[in-house]
Amino acid sequence: MKARLSLAIGLILVGLVLVTALVSLVWTPYDPIRVDSAQVLQPPLHGPHLLGTDGFGIDVLSRIMVSAQICVQVGIIAVGIALVIGVPLGVFAGQVGGWGSELVMRVTDIWYAFPALLLAILFAAAFGSSTGTAMVAIGLASVPAFARIARAATLQVMSQDYVLAARACGTRPAAIAVRHVLPNIAPLVGVQASVSFGIAILAEAALSYLGLSAQPPTPTWGRMLADAQTYLFSNPVLALWPGLAVAAAVLGFNLLGDGLRDLLDPRLKEVR
Amino acid sequence: MTEPVLEVAGLSVIFGNREPAVAGVSFAVEPGERVGLIGESGSGKSVTALAVMGLLPEQARTSGVVWLAGQPVLDRPDAELAALRGNRVSMIFQEPMTALDPTMKVGRQVAEVIGLHRRVARGQTRARVLEILDAVGLSGPARVANSYPHQLSGGQRQRVVVAMALVNTPDLVICDEPTTALDVTVQATVLSLLDSSLAEAGAGCLFISHDLAVVAQLCTRILVMLDGKIVEDAPLAQILAEPKHPYTRGLVATARIDQVPVGERLPTVADFWSRDGDVEEELR
Repeated sequence: MKARLSLAIGLILVGLVLVTALVSLVWTPYDPIRVDSAQVLQPPLHGPHLLGTDGFGIDVLSRIMVSAQICVQVGIIAVGIALVIGVPLGVFAGQVGGWGSELVMRVTDIWYAFPALLLAILFAAAFGSSTGTAMVAIGLASVPAFARIARAATLQVMSQDYVLAARACGTRPAAIAVRHVLPNIAPLVGVQASVSFGIAILAEAALSYLGLSAQPPTPTWGRMLADAQTYLFSNPVLALWPGLAVAAAVLGFNLLGDGLRDLLDPRLKEVR
Repeated sequence: MTEPVLEVAGLSVIFGNREPAVAGVSFAVEPGERVGLIGESGSGKSVTALAVMGLLPEQARTSGVVWLAGQPVLDRPDAELAALRGNRVSMIFQEPMTALDPTMKVGRQVAEVIGLHRRVARGQTRARVLEILDAVGLSGPARVANSYPHQLSGGQRQRVVVAMALVNTPDLVICDEPTTALDVTVQATVLSLLDSSLAEAGAGCLFISHDLAVVAQLCTRILVMLDGKIVEDAPLAQILAEPKHPYTRGLVATARIDQVPVGERLPTVADFWSRDGDVEEELR
């Protein structure tokens, strides 16, 4: 029951983020980057601007909506990078066993020890601050989590009778990885992908707050938080909206991941 | 004289520092011959089967020789043995519930075994899959082929496993307790299915079981395995008529409960043999 609830809330929040991002591609209430000095710091809920305007007179709701695009984009690319590198590494380690497995796992341990934000700062210093470098850095930092999950799940699958049966039928190791291991570890990897999506959004918000991700005038939630800092005492509500947006997106993906995990957990399945 | 499809000489398997799971086992299976390998759990019969297929876990240490369809098996990687497995030699496992991949439709799993060893057009593969599913007595083969394993019963799944083992008409089928997990009525039908399918394919068989009654239905020669060694190797009739080893005598007596007078205690193997020594004399 609890799993269903978190799954439902997660789906609603994630759906909200995705729909917002899609809608903002074709429609926003106002231009999200046009500066209007006549409309500076309009209060929310009064007048034409639903969530008010910021210090440049830009409509806050429009900026929030467009920022969802960056957030989804970063999530997809970062998680995609982590999946494409991490899952094959983990499956390889789980399948070959022995020193090959040890080598891969020790390398990912070292990799794991390297903080994601530090990696992102390094990348920004080396390749310049952009959404691209932020996405790559976040993706690379997420690789070890996927490698570990994939390895653990692969070890479990490899001990199953159907893998032994497949080997007894003459299936070669590479084919076993593709046909038997990948489909069977997909649910667990999917859960990790959902959780990592949330982490990626949070990391991107932190990076753009620090000015290490998307550059102005591209709006992002982190950037909006940084801008709102100037007015924290006069207009604290300006910091509230992007903060809420980040919180909702991260919470959504985490709840979705948790809900999926509980739903797929075989021990809980027996109870239901 | 043709050479045997399976020849095992002095096979030993050791896991870690423990007692050998299999200790110096030698036997052969001639083409078309059906050999039963019988013993209690832990006697090393399944380990023998895995060793024959080259499927032992990595940490197992082996010595001796296994020749399968004219090729050495031990200490060779999966990639080299892949051409042999599922083609010349196949294996049927104990648990039909876990021997099929839960994420793949049954028909595709059977088709895969064909595709691994034969270059066949897709349409022909499909026809062959339906044909073999029908041959193993599955009604509505098209529907079964489109099912996932969890949608089938244990007996149906074991028939699918038998179909996968026989689809490439192998020379030898290794059956590791293929009916143990099934209930008695399904067990009987699967056994007679195996019997007729093996006869049709002219395939030899190494049938592993702890149940003499089951082995007696299918095999012509019996190997009795005890603590990693083969203690008796004789034709079925001889095993049933005059078992030599006390352990075998115990097995025969427990399998023939119809010969126990009504009201008397049923015999157990321990009446005839125990690890502490021959108990048969004490009882008399």
